[in-house]
Amino acid sequence: MKNTRREFLKLAAVSAIGVGAGRLGFLGDAPAHAGPLPGVANFEEGLKAKHWGMAIFTAKMTPELIEKCRTACHTEHNVPDIPGNKNIKWFWGASFEESFPTEHGHYLSEEVEHREFPLLCNQCETPMCVKVCPTQATFQRPDGIVMMDFHRCIGCRYCMAGCPFGARSFNFQDPRPFIKHFNPHFPTRMRGVVEKCNFCAERLAIGKMPMCVEAAGGALVFGDLADENSDVRKVLREHFAIRRKPDAGTSPSVYYIL
Amino acid sequence: MLEKALKGSPRYWGTLIALGMIVLLGLGFWLYQLTFGMKITGLNRDVSWGFYIAQFTYLVGVAASAVMLVLPYYFHHYKEFSKMIILGEFLAISAVVMCLGFIIVDIGQPQRMMNVLLNATPHSMLFWDMVVLNGYLFLNIIVGWTSLQYFKNDMTPPKWCKFLAFVSVIWAFSIHTVTAFLYAGLPGRHYFLTAIMAARFLASAFCSGPAILLLLILFLRRLTGFDPGKKAINRLAVIITYAMCVNIFFFLLEVFTSFYSNMPGHIAPFQYLFTGIDGHDMMVPFMWTAVVMGLGCLVFLIPTPVREKTPALVIGLIMLVIASWIDKGLGLLIGGFTPNPFETVTVYAPTVPEIMISLMVFAMGGIVLTVLWKIAVEVRVEVEGGNLSMVPPPAAEAE
Amino acid sequence: MYNAKYIIPGIIFFLALIFAPVAYNMGKGVFEVKPELPKDQKDCIEDAQTMRDKHMQILNEWRNEAVRDGERIYVNSKGKKYVKSLTNTCMSCHTDKTKFCDRCHDTVGVAPYCWDCHNLTPNQKSPIPLAENGEAGGH
Repeated sequence: MKNTRREFLKLAAVSAIGVGAGRLGFLGDAPAHAGPLPGVANFEEGLKAKHWGMAIFTAKMTPELIEKCRTACHTEHNVPDIPGNKNIKWFWGASFEESFPTEHGHYLSEEVEHREFPLLCNQCETPMCVKVCPTQATFQRPDGIVMMDFHRCIGCRYCMAGCPFGARSFNFQDPRPFIKHFNPHFPTRMRGVVEKCNFCAERLAIGKMPMCVEAAGGALVFGDLADENSDVRKVLREHFAIRRKPDAGTSPSVYYIL
Repeated sequence: MLEKALKGSPRYWGTLIALGMIVLLGLGFWLYQLTFGMKITGLNRDVSWGFYIAQFTYLVGVAASAVMLVLPYYFHHYKEFSKMIILGEFLAISAVVMCLGFIIVDIGQPQRMMNVLLNATPHSMLFWDMVVLNGYLFLNIIVGWTSLQYFKNDMTPPKWCKFLAFVSVIWAFSIHTVTAFLYAGLPGRHYFLTAIMAARFLASAFCSGPAILLLLILFLRRLTGFDPGKKAINRLAVIITYAMCVNIFFFLLEVFTSFYSNMPGHIAPFQYLFTGIDGHDMMVPFMWTAVVMGLGCLVFLIPTPVREKTPALVIGLIMLVIASWIDKGLGLLIGGFTPNPFETVTVYAPTVPEIMISLMVFAMGGIVLTVLWKIAVEVRVEVEGGNLSMVPPPAAEAE
Repeated sequence: MYNAKYIIPGIIFFLALIFAPVAYNMGKGVFEVKPELPKDQKDCIEDAQTMRDKHMQILNEWRNEAVRDGERIYVNSKGKKYVKSLTNTCMSCHTDKTKFCDRCHDTVGVAPYCWDCHNLTPNQKSPIPLAENGEAGGH
């Protein structure tokens, strides 16, 4: 409130003396974490796959590491920090019970019971959100990534009802005042549209791994599930992994190694 | 015939002005929502559909009121319903208008609504719901208006109009089925994921829709002396009673499947609604009210001598409407979204602005209904004589 | 004619209403808008006339191709390549929206909702504050 009023006064003052927006406070030098602007050459080195997927070494994902990944993701994508239950989440942590409610685990090993699990959009193979969306604002790319086209979303929230994983968030209000760490190279959202994790499609396009994978330092393995020689397939061959709510029939592309 | 809506008693204009005031008041709240976003509602990340969509779902049921008259009239030549049919069709128009209103106030980017047509997506049930609802709206407008026009000119309606009336009967089943399919195909929502959902919607629609219609007709009879005939009223009451019995039966089927199978996901919504989970028991008094009202209404509706007495019928119908509204207009949506996908409880309750915006949509439906019924009643008075004063109606009220 | 006393004034009022803008602009001179062009750049992605006529179609194609098809490189008519990005490509040169975009848009009375999400320049320090978003948050 206070902040909005200050910005308003500033704007009013600026327009009153007839100075252009060039001197407004929000313009100027980009934050240091934004990095250099990717060019054509970067986009020509984009990563390609038949079916992007992820394996998570859950034992390595400490609450601190989850927080580090969350911050990296939310900073990259301008995800706002909105308090309360109208919040927006792309990457977050939850207990075993919340992450795998269909397991109804009794006599869980204490370590697993108290472990925090990183949650994100499962990038399902047969995504319900894509099936129910009336405008194809949510769609599946040939490489398996379930994407949002924010230009098209009408905010009906049918995808949120369809998603069995609670991976989607609705912008109940203008998210911009709640963005703590700002990345000028990635757009923000407007109120009235639904958003979720995009498997860093914008980073894969310039040949980089997703933010969370980079931040996790090996605890998250990302790669092509259709390629049996990929890192992710190798890791899955060697470790027992489960997926969240497999009986919902959506076939998640995110695997949890317990 | 529109001119009949432009001349009326102070009472008619008073009603319209009062409803108009509610619309204006609600409009203020809607502008508030459009300006600040849906943060002014009680909706949240876990319960992302609420009061608006629940009212939409209930009103799809009300739109069915016409079909329980049109079907016996056209398919079985039950002529007793001839006087009521037009009122049923006009109530359907008003109900569908309200349905569309509730969709518009519920979406986050209403000005992009036409994207649903621009990017028509046949694998989305919402696309089909839009098709069948608008189709039903136009069918009722065309059939209702044309048959009233021909009635006014003392002619039998044309063949194509009768054909469209037949189509509208089949079509009415589609609006409930497709609306049920909105919910019944979602894998993560146990309360919705049931093959009987469409059948439940039909049963609930065929009792609550005609019940609201009959209550409004009895009210109209008191106000204007417009009498649809004792026989017609009794017959409609029988239809409502059967539908309510089936409705309750279907609900009990759900209870059996959930609890006998003992599947935790299917039991949890019932627990939340009827006993509360972890102390979150906001819905409990509502749901038990629905149980009492739903069973109680049958006491008034099943015994024929009781049902055929107007005061008892009115009490029974009001109880039925309350029970079915709580079941579908509150419980269905809230139960479907609680517990959330993490099997925890996020409490949802509508806020004051949300309720005011809903009142706006209801008042808009009220305006449409008042105008249309005014036209229908005046046309009948013009053709058959009679008056629209406050004089108590003859014989009919004597029982 | 029936009801001529209502109909004729009605028609006159209607005509007056639709020709009011014409009358308002009478004698105002030639319609001209001069957006400020980047001083350190000579060529846009296409020639000026194409940009003037078709920038909205190009942006619309860009957003569909970049978001939906993952095709993020634009090859212009001379074979030169650009990244399909409103903020990171267009606004890298046209650094001041108020002196470029707004000059025309304001004059012709259009308010595209690009800036509800997209940033004004790739060097922006913080998100565009609410007030800049226009009344009622735009779209």
